[in-house]
Amino acid sequence: MDRFDIVIAGGGITGLSLALTLSRVLRGALSVCLVEAPVARDDDRAFAFSAGSVRFLRALGVWDAIEPDAQPIHDMVITDSRLDDPVRPVFLTFGGEAAPGEPFAHMIPEQAVMSALRDAVASSGLTVKTGHVTKARPEAGSSRVTLSDGSAFRTSLVVASDGARSRLREDAGIGWAHWSYKQSGIVATIGHEREHHGRAEEHFLPSGPFAVLPLTGNRFTMVWSETTERARLVLERDDADILAEIEKRVGLRLGELKLLSRPRSYPLGFGLARRFGAERLALVGDAAHLIHPIAGQGLNMGLRDVASLAEIITEHASLGLDPGDLMVIEAYEKARRADTVAMASVTDALNRLFSNDAMPLRLMRDFGLGVVDRLPSFKTRLIREAAATGPHLPRLMRGETLPGF
Amino acid sequence: MDGVFQTSIDSDEVARFERIARTWWDQAGPMGVLHKFNPVRLQVIRDEAAAHFNRRLENGRPLEGLTVLDIGCGGGLLCEPLTRLGAKVTGIDPAPTNIEVAKLHAQQSGLAIDYRQTTVEALVAAGERFDIVLAMEVVEHVADVGAFVGACTAAVAPEGQLFMATLNRTLKAFALAIVGAEFVLGWLPKGTHQWDKFVTPRELESAIEKGGMQVGYRSGVAFHPLRNEWKLSRDMDVNYMLAATKG
Repeated sequence: MDRFDIVIAGGGITGLSLALTLSRVLRGALSVCLVEAPVARDDDRAFAFSAGSVRFLRALGVWDAIEPDAQPIHDMVITDSRLDDPVRPVFLTFGGEAAPGEPFAHMIPEQAVMSALRDAVASSGLTVKTGHVTKARPEAGSSRVTLSDGSAFRTSLVVASDGARSRLREDAGIGWAHWSYKQSGIVATIGHEREHHGRAEEHFLPSGPFAVLPLTGNRFTMVWSETTERARLVLERDDADILAEIEKRVGLRLGELKLLSRPRSYPLGFGLARRFGAERLALVGDAAHLIHPIAGQGLNMGLRDVASLAEIITEHASLGLDPGDLMVIEAYEKARRADTVAMASVTDALNRLFSNDAMPLRLMRDFGLGVVDRLPSFKTRLIREAAATGPHLPRLMRGETLPGF
Repeated sequence: MDGVFQTSIDSDEVARFERIARTWWDQAGPMGVLHKFNPVRLQVIRDEAAAHFNRRLENGRPLEGLTVLDIGCGGGLLCEPLTRLGAKVTGIDPAPTNIEVAKLHAQQSGLAIDYRQTTVEALVAAGERFDIVLAMEVVEHVADVGAFVGACTAAVAPEGQLFMATLNRTLKAFALAIVGAEFVLGWLPKGTHQWDKFVTPRELESAIEKGGMQVGYRSGVAFHPLRNEWKLSRDMDVNYMLAATKG
């Protein structure tokens, strides 16, 4: 029976980046197998990649292929308002850079990142199998992995990067604390007349946050949170009607708008795995945590999981230790748990605080944001957090590489 | 060969380890402390061996092609990682259960390791020599330290390297390794160590030098309770490691 050091289930951005990282460390000493589902994604989502995540993509050598599609975010404006307020009071502006010449985030279409990672994986020589991991059974000294085509092999460690509804997480009996926000994010790519100058906007409207996230070439990604019921009604309308609603929310700053893609909606929920690992199993990305997109941190957290797990495995493997043993799982859990719970709670609280029109709450949060804006050190910390460049970060996110990379 | 067998092995010690051999690989079990200890030991062996044999660390198999003898290999806690680092490893232990456990586990891990129930004295008598010889946490369990260390140095090939790790015979070691680890924390089964068998660095170094080797590396190893991990330390009062090379 074949044996690998690491089997990664799931071919999204987290799975691909982990496979690529682990196939390169220690001059390729680890045997890595990526199992990816044969789905052709045709959506046009885009994500905000923090400076730390961009450093990671650079370390992987895929940044040059991605950069033409990456829009730097130079500043970010947050307003708190009702839809019919004539003037949107600006309560918080984030500006500046993670480091000189380094924007604190970039907006990048998912497909641009996926295709750059796929190309790199294809030329890396790591084993790629098509299908799903249906079972992973820990046995003495290894885990026995079964794929959807019935084939089986052994591995030291299985990494579940198979999304919020992770089959492997469920199969391992790891609990999933979750709830729905009863909100949906309506996502579309919008073209506009005037330049956005790399400015991102987030309007905290009573029904939920409405984000304008700049893309290259006078386009932006809209993430419009609505109650699930209202989102359904919005999507039933024709393009012209929807565009009129979007114009109301975006305002006049960008000139005339046009829909470049039919809006789609994604249900917004919260989920947190009770543990981030089990015997010979580690959870990364959405399989470990699903958070509200209010702060644009979900994918960045997933990449932090990947960078952290890769660092722990490399350290361990560089000593010849079993890359799937309990010490790796424990170290990973320790490295990621607190950070994840903190981020999950903050985004949950932010959404609860802002998706609400009660006057006392509005006053309180406006006062709070105003205070934040006047406390330079706290703001610097927030920006550093958003940029993911703090000192406690995994090495790949600080612009370093791993041994033998 | 039976005669050689008897020189340095204390039969009570063998029986004691046999009782716990089955749990060697349970990282949450009684050997958990040894698993926690493993990274720092491996780091010293890897780094010192790579420096001595001019190997580059960043490739995952810096010990490729070197022969290693692990004396008192137990369940194979050092043999398996060293095999993954590229070494051709022979693990010996006087306890048959250990050898069986180690063989079974190596097979489960997909690693080829030569495990034998024998002693270093027997290997030396048979003329076997190794690039790297390890006696980690063994000296404190043997009946005749001088004879044992002599056999260890004899098993090292010319230009080869010897690593030893053990416990110092100090009051601090008594307090931490016996009272602390066995009685207070329950890390080790009671009776694992007897203080009067502990060896001071000076005694060990002089025994190694008698075997024609030069000690070029010495370090203490200390436990950091808050981080729950072992780190190298200048303090050699409790756990310490030595590395020596042959001319």
